[in-house]
Amino acid sequence: MKSAVIVFPGSNCDRDCKVAIERSTGSSVDMVWHQETALPSGLDLIVLPGGFSYGDYLRCGAMASLSPVMAEVKVAAERGVAVVGICNGFQVLCEAGMLPGALLRNEGLKYICKAVTLDVVNAQTRFSSGYAQTREAVMTVGNGEGNFFAGEAELDRIEGEGQVVFRYRDNPNGSARDIAGIVNAKGNVLGLMPHPDRSFEAELGSADGAILFQTALASA
Amino acid sequence: MKAKVHVFLKPGVLDVQGKAIEGAVHALGFGGVSGVRVGRMIEFDIAGDDRAKAEAEVKALCDRLLANTVIESYKAELI
Repeated sequence: MKSAVIVFPGSNCDRDCKVAIERSTGSSVDMVWHQETALPSGLDLIVLPGGFSYGDYLRCGAMASLSPVMAEVKVAAERGVAVVGICNGFQVLCEAGMLPGALLRNEGLKYICKAVTLDVVNAQTRFSSGYAQTREAVMTVGNGEGNFFAGEAELDRIEGEGQVVFRYRDNPNGSARDIAGIVNAKGNVLGLMPHPDRSFEAELGSADGAILFQTALASA
Repeated sequence: MKAKVHVFLKPGVLDVQGKAIEGAVHALGFGGVSGVRVGRMIEFDIAGDDRAKAEAEVKALCDRLLANTVIESYKAELI
């Protein structure tokens, strides 16, 4: 098993992701700088971490989505490699056009940092099948712009196609239809606002995040 | 030539900054103010004299980077 965490200037959960993946799966994790024009060979999982890439200039994730390494991430995703974007990583995937929708400022204008309970509404994806028994997960959110938005027709479409994977049980930020995480049509690119990397051991309040990394790598 | 690009959230997309500013405006006693929306203006120089080419470049730039057309609309002008 081999994973990579992409590091943008301003990423601040890159180390958390590395430690979370290593401890929950035993996978080796390469840190890949955003200026790289090639990814390590034989990757099973690519993670875009949380943080404030490029200081959130212009829009969250907008500048990072045009980083040289993102061209390689797109090629890898087209080949079927599993890609997970967490928090700012989710914003980058939307800006890159790899996932539908966009993330707006939280409805209440506040930065929200707390544990949330998620309903796993599609437990048949390569990222979420590990939640098939419990159908729920507790993870920490930490964001100011986590308010998922898409047009009504697009929302109907992604719901109909089973692309909604996680929903907030108690919507903290105004996200459309309580959406916390979605996959692309092909099912190999996941974006979610809650942090599995901050919820992978009981000492952190929840170990549910570990299941996501374990499931993603078990399916590789 | 100079390009000026105005980027705004589309109608119907919640503008929480606009709402917060509106609240402050009302607190100042300007009760007649409503519908506050916050956008951004981006200004840059663009080389060459071919206006049509410049317009096409500005449009491409807006679509690819300056605006996220899922949530934002834009107006571009060349001066």
